[in-house]
Amino acid sequence: MAANNNALYQALVIGVSAGGLNALHKILPKLPINFPLAIIVLQHRGEIVFEGASHNDFLISYFNNDCAMPVKEAMLGAKIKPGNIYIAPAKYHLLIEKSKIFALSLEPPVNFALPSIDVLFDSASACYKNQLIGLILTGASSDGSIGLKNISDRAGLTLVQAPRTAEVDFMPKAAIYLHTVDHILPLNDIAPFLCHLMQGDKG
Amino acid sequence: MIPTTKTKTKAYSPRPDEDEIMALEIKLLLQAIEFRYDYDFSHYAQASLTRRINNCLKKAQLNNVAEMIPKILYQPEFFELFLKEMSVTVTEMFRDPLVFKALRDKVFTQLKTYSRINIWHAGCATGEEVYSLAIMLKEEGLLNRSQIYATDFNNHSLKIAEQGIYKAEKITEYTHNYQQAGGKASFADYYQAKHGYAKMHNDLKEHITFAHHNLIKDQCFAQMHLILCRNVLIYFDKNLQNKVLSLFNKSLIHRGYLLLGDKESLEFSNQINNFETIAKDQRIYQKINYE
Repeated sequence: MAANNNALYQALVIGVSAGGLNALHKILPKLPINFPLAIIVLQHRGEIVFEGASHNDFLISYFNNDCAMPVKEAMLGAKIKPGNIYIAPAKYHLLIEKSKIFALSLEPPVNFALPSIDVLFDSASACYKNQLIGLILTGASSDGSIGLKNISDRAGLTLVQAPRTAEVDFMPKAAIYLHTVDHILPLNDIAPFLCHLMQGDKG
Repeated sequence: MIPTTKTKTKAYSPRPDEDEIMALEIKLLLQAIEFRYDYDFSHYAQASLTRRINNCLKKAQLNNVAEMIPKILYQPEFFELFLKEMSVTVTEMFRDPLVFKALRDKVFTQLKTYSRINIWHAGCATGEEVYSLAIMLKEEGLLNRSQIYATDFNNHSLKIAEQGIYKAEKITEYTHNYQQAGGKASFADYYQAKHGYAKMHNDLKEHITFAHHNLIKDQCFAQMHLILCRNVLIYFDKNLQNKVLSLFNKSLIHRGYLLLGDKESLEFSNQINNFETIAKDQRIYQKINYE
């Protein structure tokens, strides 16, 4: 799929913590194979202990089985391409360079999180500016709130899972509290919303 | 539910202009640093560099990067703080235990054939992994004929590494890592616990030389049997990565080993044909060609 630099949106970043596996499963498998955005998913790993690299492999194979879009690890130096779902690796902060390639960093945890959603969202919004969609899902953390606000400040679109539909509502509430998000959506409405949004987006 | 594609109507905020100005300020800052102190950050990966400069701004309570430039020029002690911020890193003893296990099983068995072993740990930060390495060499009976050079460009980190004193609260985690890495004794044999701190034993230190070395401008200094450089290349752009890897190639003996970080690989580098892969997942390579 060729990158369309004039499209309204180029990428979707998703930040999710506790309860993420179920929430993501209600969104990612419902997106069609020709979904035109690059999707970058950051799932906090603190609450589940996995040894070594196997954890990433698990998340990737788990979603690859059920998703129409290809799911892969966000690899250091890899070019971000539309139509793919990228999973942030464990134990590193994930960042996006302005040249739309993935970068990693081992600075200390931010908001007690490594990887941190704020770190990803900040660098993503500096790269994609108003062509970025940010989405905060379930979680027991306030990570991602500032990042989402930064996306909004750069005229990107901000989405938050409706707290009453979240397994843990702390993270969505924290995001909503910090700034006026564009849309607060029940979990089951998020995939249809994204599909509808993309149908209306012909660049 | 009808999604509204509202961004087109949303006013383009002033933030993107600020981003551009900041990018410009950072260029000027890096030039100031290079002219004043001969440290070249221009080939660092931009996103994390920008983040760290921002952290530094907040800590110094400055409003923008431009305000940092005169402080850098006139106050060497502020530059030291800046350097410290640039290289703050998360590390632990036996980080990625399986890597250390592979090092023991696949590399140390080969190093045993040498009467003297030179090892360079480039970018050793606060030293946790250097001591991990020394412990494993000791257990394999190799420490007495080994010379470990542990280098970093951050003097503050080097000082901590040289002291070898770590918070005792981390010991449980380190012990777990040690066991997973195939530790043969008890981790408690290697440190002395006192007042909430654990001090690494001196017999480990006797074989480690801590020294200042800047990968960006400094050269080879000995022929190495093994080079460890983990999670340093992630901060460099492609050009600088290739330059540093070429320095490692020159520093290694024929059939010498190179260990990179968990997410770093030779795959897309200029050195791909000069090394053989020993353990793909653990990022262990062996030199087969000079450049």
